[in-house]
Amino acid sequence: MTITAVEKADNRPTLLRREKIERVLAYGLLLAAAVWLLWNLVAAPVQFANVTLGGIRTGAIYALVALGYTLVYGIIELINFAHGDLFMLGSVFSALILVNFFGAGTGSPKDWALMILTLVIVMAMCAGMNVAAEFIGYRRLRRAPKLAPLITAVGISFIFQWLGIVLNGSAPKSWPKVIPNGGIHFGNVILDYSTIVVIAVTLPLLALMTYLVQQTRQGKAMRATAQDQDAARLMGINVNRTISFTFGLGGAMAGAAGLLYLETFGTTRYDAGFQLGLMAFTAAVLGGIGNLKGAVVGGFIIGVIQAWNDGLPHGLGQQWSQSVVFTILILLMVFKPEGLYGKPTVEKV
Amino acid sequence: MAVSTPDTIVQGGKGGAPKSPNRRWAMGFLIAAIVTYLFYAFVVPNLGAAGKTFVSTWIPAVATNEALVWVICAVGLNIVVGYAGLLDLGFVAFWAIGGYTAGWIMSTFIQAVNPGFYLASAAYPDQPGIHINWWLVLIIAACLCAFAGVLIGAPTLRLKSDYLALVTLAFGEIIPQVFLNADKFTNGARGIAPLDNVSPLPFGPSAITIGDVKIPISQPLGPFDTSAKFLLFAIVAAFAIFVSLRIREGRLGRAWLAIREDELAASMMGVPLMRTKLAAYAVGAFMGGMGGVVYAIHTNSVFPDRFTFSISILLLAMIVLGGMGNVWGVMIGALGLAWFNSTGLPQFGFWFNGQFGTEINFPSYSFLILGAILVLMMLFRREGLFPETRTRQILREAERSDAEELDGGEV
Repeated sequence: MTITAVEKADNRPTLLRREKIERVLAYGLLLAAAVWLLWNLVAAPVQFANVTLGGIRTGAIYALVALGYTLVYGIIELINFAHGDLFMLGSVFSALILVNFFGAGTGSPKDWALMILTLVIVMAMCAGMNVAAEFIGYRRLRRAPKLAPLITAVGISFIFQWLGIVLNGSAPKSWPKVIPNGGIHFGNVILDYSTIVVIAVTLPLLALMTYLVQQTRQGKAMRATAQDQDAARLMGINVNRTISFTFGLGGAMAGAAGLLYLETFGTTRYDAGFQLGLMAFTAAVLGGIGNLKGAVVGGFIIGVIQAWNDGLPHGLGQQWSQSVVFTILILLMVFKPEGLYGKPTVEKV
Repeated sequence: MAVSTPDTIVQGGKGGAPKSPNRRWAMGFLIAAIVTYLFYAFVVPNLGAAGKTFVSTWIPAVATNEALVWVICAVGLNIVVGYAGLLDLGFVAFWAIGGYTAGWIMSTFIQAVNPGFYLASAAYPDQPGIHINWWLVLIIAACLCAFAGVLIGAPTLRLKSDYLALVTLAFGEIIPQVFLNADKFTNGARGIAPLDNVSPLPFGPSAITIGDVKIPISQPLGPFDTSAKFLLFAIVAAFAIFVSLRIREGRLGRAWLAIREDELAASMMGVPLMRTKLAAYAVGAFMGGMGGVVYAIHTNSVFPDRFTFSISILLLAMIVLGGMGNVWGVMIGALGLAWFNSTGLPQFGFWFNGQFGTEINFPSYSFLILGAILVLMMLFRREGLFPETRTRQILREAERSDAEELDGGEV
C-alpha cells in the first residue's frame, strides 16, 4: 500500500497561517462584491432600486421557509430536507383551495377575505403534515445514527414531491392571483402590490413567532429542549410534544410562504420546493443555523442577492442564479460555517 | 493485507475456502457476465418472435447495459456513504464531469470550440477534434473526477456530516448547471453527440467470427452493438467492484470503517481524518467518473439535462436498499432498482393499463416508490436487504433507552 493513511497527524501548527489566508480571501471576496454592487448602482440606479425591492419580496418568502429549517435544526439537529417540498405543497394547496375550491378572482374585498382564510387553512395543513412526518419518520430515529434521519428526510421529500405531482401534475400550472398586478409609483421606482402584501403578511407572522418562542411557556419548553433534551425531560417538559410543536410551527411558516409564493408568481410546480428549499437553507446557514433572527436576516440577504444577480445590468442573469446562491453556500461553509449570528460551535464529543 | 476483519472471516467461513473469499465472487461475476453476454449475443437472435418480444419488453439489452452504469456509480458512492459514512447527495456531479470529459476528447466537438484544432488518432485520420481511445478516456475522466472530488471535499470535510450532505448537494446542482450554461464549451442544452465509436481493444485483429456472429476486436463497435458494449461495461464494473473489495481489506479501507463507526475513536487511534475522508471522496469520484464515461458511451451522447438530482437520490436508494457498505448488496440493489426504474415500472404500467383499461401514469409513481424505499428501509431495516454482519451490528446497536441516557449519557 502506498497510500499513507496513518502516517502523520493532521494538526500541524500551520493552522494559524491558514486562518490568516482564509480571512484575507474572505475580505477580498466581500470587497469585490461591494465594488460590483457600486458599479451596478452607478450604471442603473432606478433598476437597482426596483430589483432590490423584488429581492426583498423573494427574501421574505425565503425567510419564512428558512425559519422552518432553523427551528427544526435548533431543536433536534436535523436538516429537514423535506421542508422545501412542504413549502411546495403549501403553494399547491393554496392554489387548489383558493382558486379551485373558493373560486377567488382578483382584487375584490371578498377575494382578500378568502385569501386570508386560505392562509390560515394552508398554514394548518402544512403544520399538520410536518407534524405527521415527524411522528411517522423522525421520531423513531431520534437516537439512531445521524445518517438515518437524514436519509429519511430525503425519502419524505420525495414522497412530498410525488404528492405534488398528483395534485398539480408534472407541468407547471398558472393561477389567477388575488393581488392585482402593478404597484405604487415613486418616480420610476415601483413598489409592487404583491411586495406590500408579502411584507404585510410576513412581519406579523415573524412577530407572532418571536412571541411564541420567547414569551410563552411552550416557547420556553422549546428552548429548554433545544439546549438539553434530558434535562428538559427531568424538568417535566413533554419533549415529544415540544418537538412536534416545533415541527408544526415550522410547517405553518412554510405554508404561509407557499401561499405568498403563489400570490407573487401565480404559478405552482411540483419541483419548486427543491430549489427554493436549498435557497432557504442557504439563508438559514447564512444567518447561523438554529438562530431565528439569523434565518430571517439571511432570507432577506439571499433574496436580495439573487435578485441582484438576476436583474442587474452586470449580473450573470437568471440562468446562473442557482449557481450563485449555492456558491455562496459553499463559500460560507468554508469561511464562516457558524453564520452571521451563530456562535462558533465545537463538535460535541 | 493479511489482516482479517471479522467480516472477512464470516464471508470466507461459509464456503470453507481458506483465503480470498473475493475470488469466488470474481468467478461468479465472470460467469454471470459471460452468460448474460452469450444470452444477448447468441440466444436472443435465435429466439422465436414471442421470445424476442418478451426480451425486448422486459429485459432489453439497452436496459441491461444501463444497469451496469448504475452498478459502477453505486459501487463508487458506496465507498463514500457505505464505507466512510459521509452522506454525499451530489454524486451526479462526477457522473456529469466524466460524461463531458468523454464528450470533449472522444468526439469532433472540440472543433466547434476551437476551429482548426486537430488531434487525430490513428482510428480517425480524417476527422477533426480529439479522438482518444476510450480506455484512456476512462482513466483520464476518472482521474479528473478524483481531483474534482478532492476539490469538493477539501473545504467541506471539516464540517459536520449533515452540512457536508448539503454542500455536496449544492455541487451536484452547480456542476450540471455550469455545463448547461457554459454554452461555448459544452454546447449548452444541445449537448454533445455523437461520440466516437469505441473499440474493445486498441490493437489486435479487427474481428473474429464465431458461426455467423462477428465479434469485433480492434474494429470500432457500431453505436447499436449493445451486446459487445455489455462486455466492456462489465469489465469496468468488475474493476470497480474489485477495487472497492480489495481497498476495503487494506489499511485505508479499515480506516474508513473506523471513521464511519466512531470518528473520535478513529482519530485517537491515529487515523488522519481529513486525509482519509478525502481519499474516500477521491476513490468514490474516480468510479463516478468511470460511470460517467460509460454512460456517455452507452447513450452515445452527453446532455446536461440528464444530470438531475434524482440520479443522486436513486444511487443513494440503491445503496440503502442493497445494504450500506456491502458491495454485493449494493450491486444487487443497483441492478434491481435500475431495471425497475428504466423498464420494470413503465412496462408494468403498460401491462396494467392494457389489462384493466386504466390510464394510470406509472412512471410518476417512481417518486413515491423511491421515497418509500428510503423511509421504510430507514425505519425498519436500516442495514439494507443484504447487510454485512458488521454493518448490521452497528446500525442495530441497542439504542440507548431513556433511563440509560439520564444515567450517564452525554453530559
